[in-house]
Amino acid sequence: MTTINSKIPEGQLAEKWSNYKAHQKLVNPANKRRLDIIVVGTGLAGASAAASLGEMGFKVLNFCIQDSPRRAHSIAAQGGINAAKNYQNDGDSVYRLFYDTIKGGDYRARESNVHRLAEVSNSIIDQCVAQGVPFAREYGGLLDNRSFGGAQVSRTFYARGQTGQQLLLGAYSALSRAVNKKQVKLYTRYEMVDLVIIDERARGIIARNLVTGKLERFAAHAVVICTGGYGNTFFLSTNAMASNGSAALQCYRKGAYFANPCMAQIHPTCIPVHGEFQSKLTLMSESLRNDGRIWVPKKLEDAKAIREGKLNPTDIKEGDRDYYLERRYPAFGNLVPRDVASRAAKERCDAGFGVGNTGLAVYLDFADAINRLGKKVVEEKYGNLFQMYEKIVDDNPYETPMMIYPAIHYTMGGIWVDYELMTSIPGLFAAGEANFSDHGANRLGASALMQGLADGYFVLPYTIQNYLSDQIGVPRFSTDSPEFEAAEKAVSDKLTRLMNIKGKHSVDSIHKKLGHIMWDYVGMARDAEGLKTAIGKIEELKKDFWTNLRIPGNKDDQNVELEKALRLADFIEMGELMARDALNRNESCGGHFRVEYQTPEGEALRDDEHYSYVSCWEYQGENKAPVMYKEPLDYEFVKRQTRNYKS
Amino acid sequence: MDKNINIKVKIWRQRSPKEKGFFETYNLENISQGSSFLEMLDILNEKLINEGKEPVVFDHDCREGICGMCSLYINGHPHGPDEDVTTCQLHMRKFHDGETITVEPWRSAGFPVIRDLMVNRSAFDEIMQAGGYVSVNTGGVPDANSTPIAKDKAEMAMDAAACIGCGACVATCKNGSAMLFVSAKVSQLALLPQGRIEAARRAKAMVAKMDELGFGNCTNTGACEQECPKSISITNIARLNREFLSAKFKD
Repeated sequence: MTTINSKIPEGQLAEKWSNYKAHQKLVNPANKRRLDIIVVGTGLAGASAAASLGEMGFKVLNFCIQDSPRRAHSIAAQGGINAAKNYQNDGDSVYRLFYDTIKGGDYRARESNVHRLAEVSNSIIDQCVAQGVPFAREYGGLLDNRSFGGAQVSRTFYARGQTGQQLLLGAYSALSRAVNKKQVKLYTRYEMVDLVIIDERARGIIARNLVTGKLERFAAHAVVICTGGYGNTFFLSTNAMASNGSAALQCYRKGAYFANPCMAQIHPTCIPVHGEFQSKLTLMSESLRNDGRIWVPKKLEDAKAIREGKLNPTDIKEGDRDYYLERRYPAFGNLVPRDVASRAAKERCDAGFGVGNTGLAVYLDFADAINRLGKKVVEEKYGNLFQMYEKIVDDNPYETPMMIYPAIHYTMGGIWVDYELMTSIPGLFAAGEANFSDHGANRLGASALMQGLADGYFVLPYTIQNYLSDQIGVPRFSTDSPEFEAAEKAVSDKLTRLMNIKGKHSVDSIHKKLGHIMWDYVGMARDAEGLKTAIGKIEELKKDFWTNLRIPGNKDDQNVELEKALRLADFIEMGELMARDALNRNESCGGHFRVEYQTPEGEALRDDEHYSYVSCWEYQGENKAPVMYKEPLDYEFVKRQTRNYKS
Repeated sequence: MDKNINIKVKIWRQRSPKEKGFFETYNLENISQGSSFLEMLDILNEKLINEGKEPVVFDHDCREGICGMCSLYINGHPHGPDEDVTTCQLHMRKFHDGETITVEPWRSAGFPVIRDLMVNRSAFDEIMQAGGYVSVNTGGVPDANSTPIAKDKAEMAMDAAACIGCGACVATCKNGSAMLFVSAKVSQLALLPQGRIEAARRAKAMVAKMDELGFGNCTNTGACEQECPKSISITNIARLNREFLSAKFKD
């Protein structure tokens, strides 16, 4: 029986991280120069890790698939970043941020990791301000905060509706400086295609140069995966077009456990789907729920008339509107966590109260806020989001309410890591959205940016030294070794196999089919029957993919369709793993909602007795069912309760 | 109300930096005006793949106007005819039935074509590496509220920091100048006390790198500001010139 060792340090919750730092092993400056680290990805986690490790003196190789590190999808995060500064004097503290995050995650995250996250959150804000990140300020010159879902304090720092952009540009600046000082070497338009393992340790990667199509080998003493989540398994998501889960799956196939794959977040405020050619979904920041009120008509006939275009939302009288979040959750109202808000929208639409021409939309209304604050203030706060909405939908949200509907947004699951952010493969680390560590079954708003930067700036630079300290005698590796040879050949064979299918269907057409299966059976409401159906349908789709796919062009050349095909092959596997994990978890928690397990009021029904664990999936080979191990979640410090946002 | 339209798209095709490029025209029918411009190109590529042809290569990623990856020159304008948007936010309702739409890559000495509509913008990364940062290491920095910053200064810095690094300013400039891009970063950091300390050094280093990489000079035509999807103002260029000149006088 494999036991999972998460390496949580001894001591009281608030002392664990200090104790760890006080006793961990370090690498001296002369030895750092002799150690190489590969960082894959340049989002918040990747760029901050690469910059910080470079500054410390390690030799860093940093890879991204885009033309510049600044394009990573962290750039699109809108709302803000949480920290326990308590600048507003509203009762915030490290403990409260920890508690809100644990509770928001429906008690499926590790206490020790989440507490560390809350502890380092304040340093992140200091660091970003020092880099010149232009956060919003009060007239007195001090930093401003806003509130976000799942919290009763205002702890969110923001830069208009472009916080992710500004934080990423800060990290990109630091990275650029490290490149200039030759501490980091940058590889843009390169995609990791396999992990190389030598003597059971991660020692390098095979990457495909996306401009020439050539496979290249890179060796290092440690490899850090910061490649984000796998939300694009659903085809339509708020992720960027090229966001993918392939690096994580390559690690999984080489032996790294994949943790909680079923934990995916459906974001409540996205612009609804408009047609069959739609390529992606656009998020409207959760910060809008600070001032916007969500409603649908109270009467079925009004909803019907709106769908048919006979009535406008502004025709519906105040008394005929159902502000369902305020009605169901008086204490948190429109600011309930994302999973709760998403399910409530689905419930209303399924019951026939949905609006828009598809009936799959609800209103997010700013009329009250405009009356209360004036149009100018609303514009100052949300102007860029309103403009974005108007360009897409061709409707003016200052005059008619916005329409929104839930969409897949973030994946809490990911590569399993221990307290040191090391995976089950020695020398392989994972940070940011790519790991599973801090958000449990549901992530709170403005916490993704916090976690990405916490991992990259303040956690990994410490913990990776504990591993590297006994590697100082290991000389640099040659990439001519049999292990590199074999890994490259396996990739090359796979590419040849893909090119030789010579079928009739494009990558996108098959990806869309996968998306439909995922949304219908592995989406917001899951049940055992549906999940079994999904597994069957995904198996069929896999066959379809490997017999009917058509990729034009050559493999040893720039080939965008081949890039997409490689990623889709992994999304298909990912989809199956998500369904398996969801089927195993006979409870509802956070973003994972099984219709069989709900309270009479329709709220998630958790089963702490049987499912208080992290499911860690181990790959067993192609076409073999993976094996699951359990990492028990012992709550030593917090008493688990049913999440209550009503009173 | 959005309708379906029939269009012709005249697209630049070029296999590699060294090969000669040419325009090819494709007919597309029943395109919903509610589709984005890039979704229209997705439909075209789906059609080309189904016909056994090679799809058109173009850069794109976030499709919500913030990553700066998309870079198409449409009907003579970078990011097309709509105002204050990137190509990915441009919608087909800006075009009419029967229209011929011309699509080209960014054309500039600083941005060589890689294939079709995809260009190499790593020069922007190199300019950033020359000085687009505040020289602080991770850790050991003061509390975030220890330095108050006037709200209007912070807002001006944010206006400049909104640059997405897409390169539309260079593509539209008859001189192929990168001054708007460089000045936005120099201004953002010069306006804040954190970046003020290195302002002169930064301006000199970034301008020198820009010159070295083959970008042209600024002659104040203002085209960059007009076409910038994020409305970055040319007052930033004035601020850069001020920083640059005062740095030179000190030398």
